[in-house]
Amino acid sequence: MSIGLLIFVFVLAIFLGVELISKVPSQLHTPLMSGTNAISGIVIVGALTATGSGADLLGTLLGTAALIFATVNVVGGYLVTNRMLAMFKLRGREKK
Amino acid sequence: MTDYSQTLIDLGYIAASILFIVGIKMLGRPERARRGNLVSALGMLIAIVAVLFECCLDFTWVITGLVIGSLIGLIAARTVKMTSMPQMVALLNGFGGIASFLVGWENFHSQPDNTLFVQVAVILAVLIGGVAFSGSLVAYGKLAGKISGRPILISQHRWLNIAILAALMICGALLIYFPPGPLLYVVFVLFMVLSLALGVFGVIPIGGADMPVVIALLNSCSGLAASAAGFIILNNVLIVAGSLVGASGLILTGIMCKAMNRSLGNVLFSGFQAVSSTAATTTVQGEPKPITPEEAYYILEAARSVVIVPGYGMAVAQAQHAVRELGEILENNGAEVRYAIHPVAGRMPGHMNVLLAEANVLYEQLAEMDDVNPIMETVDVCIVIGANDVVNPAAREIESSPIYGMPVINADKARTVLILKRSMAAGFAGVDNPLFVKENARMLFGDAKATVQQLVAEFKES
Repeated sequence: MSIGLLIFVFVLAIFLGVELISKVPSQLHTPLMSGTNAISGIVIVGALTATGSGADLLGTLLGTAALIFATVNVVGGYLVTNRMLAMFKLRGREKK
Repeated sequence: MTDYSQTLIDLGYIAASILFIVGIKMLGRPERARRGNLVSALGMLIAIVAVLFECCLDFTWVITGLVIGSLIGLIAARTVKMTSMPQMVALLNGFGGIASFLVGWENFHSQPDNTLFVQVAVILAVLIGGVAFSGSLVAYGKLAGKISGRPILISQHRWLNIAILAALMICGALLIYFPPGPLLYVVFVLFMVLSLALGVFGVIPIGGADMPVVIALLNSCSGLAASAAGFIILNNVLIVAGSLVGASGLILTGIMCKAMNRSLGNVLFSGFQAVSSTAATTTVQGEPKPITPEEAYYILEAARSVVIVPGYGMAVAQAQHAVRELGEILENNGAEVRYAIHPVAGRMPGHMNVLLAEANVLYEQLAEMDDVNPIMETVDVCIVIGANDVVNPAAREIESSPIYGMPVINADKARTVLILKRSMAAGFAGVDNPLFVKENARMLFGDAKATVQQLVAEFKES
């Protein structure tokens, strides 16, 4: 893949991110932050690649360590976000 | 591998990217947020499955890593208390940062003679990932109370940070121009240590009340670090997801700064002036008027409209359930109850909303500052629970105040203000609060949870 294309994708995604977030009610800031934090665990893909491409044992160990941290970030991030969002209740659904 | 299967993998990455975008979009709407999170989780799953079909993975290590990481994540997410959510998010964010850092290190270790482009990506992944990791750990320590939340300053702190930055630039340049070899590895290790140091010394002088901004910024960093890792392994899905997070984190940072009427630079570097600014504050004239819970009960009993303003004190006292109970009793008593939430109340963006939601407060009862302020004059009683700076009228009235110009909830404009507070100590900003001595203000001293429970008991007895 050409370098120019990668940078192109990067710049477009930055603009898209700005557009997506600009109008979020403050009530949702925490879940949004925790949800996007889980998405930054996408580095798990890089960690998986690194685990396979290690030149020696240290390389593999570094990749595996990256994989463990990234997995905690992904699994923990999504579950925590889900737990928080599950608590936001709308009137009518569970009004006692 | 055939071209055909590579195309399938690429299609998987594209599907994952689309699901992330749709997921983030849905996270911004209350009624669809939960499904949005699941959509983005599905995207993550597809991305992981797709990369597993790429060549040359060592499955013993892959499975070991995935299992250990999943178990830790699962247990941590299940056991964490809602009141500890800010530090949990900080910690998870740090883990994302260190993962990018390690991916960069692994790449340098295994392929030291990479192209210039990849070298720069490695440098950025290590730098940004390292700062996100160590900065998040310090933020975690401050939020969990393991290190003091007050700004910590080492002598010549500003110069120390400038020296670290300069050293990072020199090492970075050496990393690009030196040929691979043992000497280069030494420089690389030095670069890693300096990156981690930058995160520590950058975050440690920032006060606990500014943590919402810091966490949002570090969140952005870990996204950008993931993006840099994407440039290392030349993978579009990392670049897209990482930059989406990076951009959204920056937007949130901007929103938080705006809510405090401060620039990002001011938040990041104001710790350096911490000592001088507190000395300059004007002292407030007047006596606070303490009352007993019984007297407060009579005030509340007659109230037809009530606004509750929660702050960090409510989180510390874990008073959210008691507060919700009080709110329900007031509603049954015929009052209209709303919760007014300042964007930077607490230690994380939207911290109060999460706690109140945990206590089953209905989403519609949570109001934003801009919706509450115009009607504040028609409110009978405003109950301030463990909040201080976000209701400080000095932000409107006293030009010499360090928080002058910060948008605040105009609690003082309600007919009566009940303030639940542990003592007369100043808030996090170290600023005196003229609200406490206003004519219509009444103080209820004591632990927020105990006081609210006493109020509830008064209502039940009558």
